Amino acid sequence: MNNTAHSLILVAVIAGITILLRFLPFLVFRSGAPKTVLYLGKVLPYAIIGMLVVYCLKNVSFTDGSHGISEILSVGLVVALHKWKHNTLLSVAVGTACYMVLVQAVF
Amino acid sequence: MEIRSVQKNTLKYAWKASIPVMAGYVVLGIGFGVLLEDKGYGWWWAALMSLTIYAGSMQYVAVDLLAGGATIVSAALMTVFVNIRHVFYGLTMLEKYNAAGREKPYLIFALTDETFSLVCSAQLPEGIDEKKYYLYVSLLNQCYWVVGSVIGAVAGTVIPFSSTGIDFAMTALFVVIFVEQWEKTKQHLPAVSGIVISVLCRIVFGASGFLIPAMIGILAAMLLEKRWLEGEGGKPL
Repeated sequence: MNNTAHSLILVAVIAGITILLRFLPFLVFRSGAPKTVLYLGKVLPYAIIGMLVVYCLKNVSFTDGSHGISEILSVGLVVALHKWKHNTLLSVAVGTACYMVLVQAVF
Repeated sequence: MEIRSVQKNTLKYAWKASIPVMAGYVVLGIGFGVLLEDKGYGWWWAALMSLTIYAGSMQYVAVDLLAGGATIVSAALMTVFVNIRHVFYGLTMLEKYNAAGREKPYLIFALTDETFSLVCSAQLPEGIDEKKYYLYVSLLNQCYWVVGSVIGAVAGTVIPFSSTGIDFAMTALFVVIFVEQWEKTKQHLPAVSGIVISVLCRIVFGASGFLIPAMIGILAAMLLEKRWLEGEGGKPL
């Protein structure tokens, strides 16, 4: 019971801080943001999506396991397919299928 | 009649845009539910956490925090470290979401990595209601996440096929969005900076500690590049 109560408090704390972080920019810049911040809002998406790609691949090791070959091939396939067809669903589905086959059946 | 058809088109458009996230969220949600159930927390914990916290990687970390009986202070600090990147998303969406009216609080609450990736550079076609698009994408994504995590907690262990590697859907989605953003502009400095700084930080600081240095580095780089990106020498974004 005590354990349940502590877990509930932890969930509340984690939820509260996550919400606070998400609202922070909107609270700080409630009465209009300075030019520099608006500039950041314009350029950051380009940099952040790059960061998220690296974040997703952060556990890839080039020195052991399959040396990241599954990841390199699958990401390459997604890029090529998307450049060719420009169909998000197709690129994601084929890239994921390729990765699943590689990690399950090949490496 | 006119308004209803715009609404319908917008919902359809949002649903289509969110399908890759559905694949990723249902799978990652199931993984989270299985993990939680494995530590002795039933499905209603999965539902509660996915409804109130709604942050994928943080919920995975939270399973360990809960099961290990972490202190409130360490759970709080961990949350700041793992989720501080969300401040970036807010900065990016300031103008768009400030104009969103009464849906604004929910849009901000639901601004996860994946939702951000669908709203940050969305170029909506004619006949789509922008504000409703943000709302529908946010709502649909959270539904996928909640449903996935509850399925995982209830039935995760009886899923009949090997889903190893299916979480690559998320990576693939981010790669696709990266390609689309790349093609949309001739100015590649921010995109290249994001990748290069993140990779360097990953090499220097390791997988578990690179995100915060990378964010600081990206922020610094964007500010240093400001004069160039906005000046006459730079190509416009």
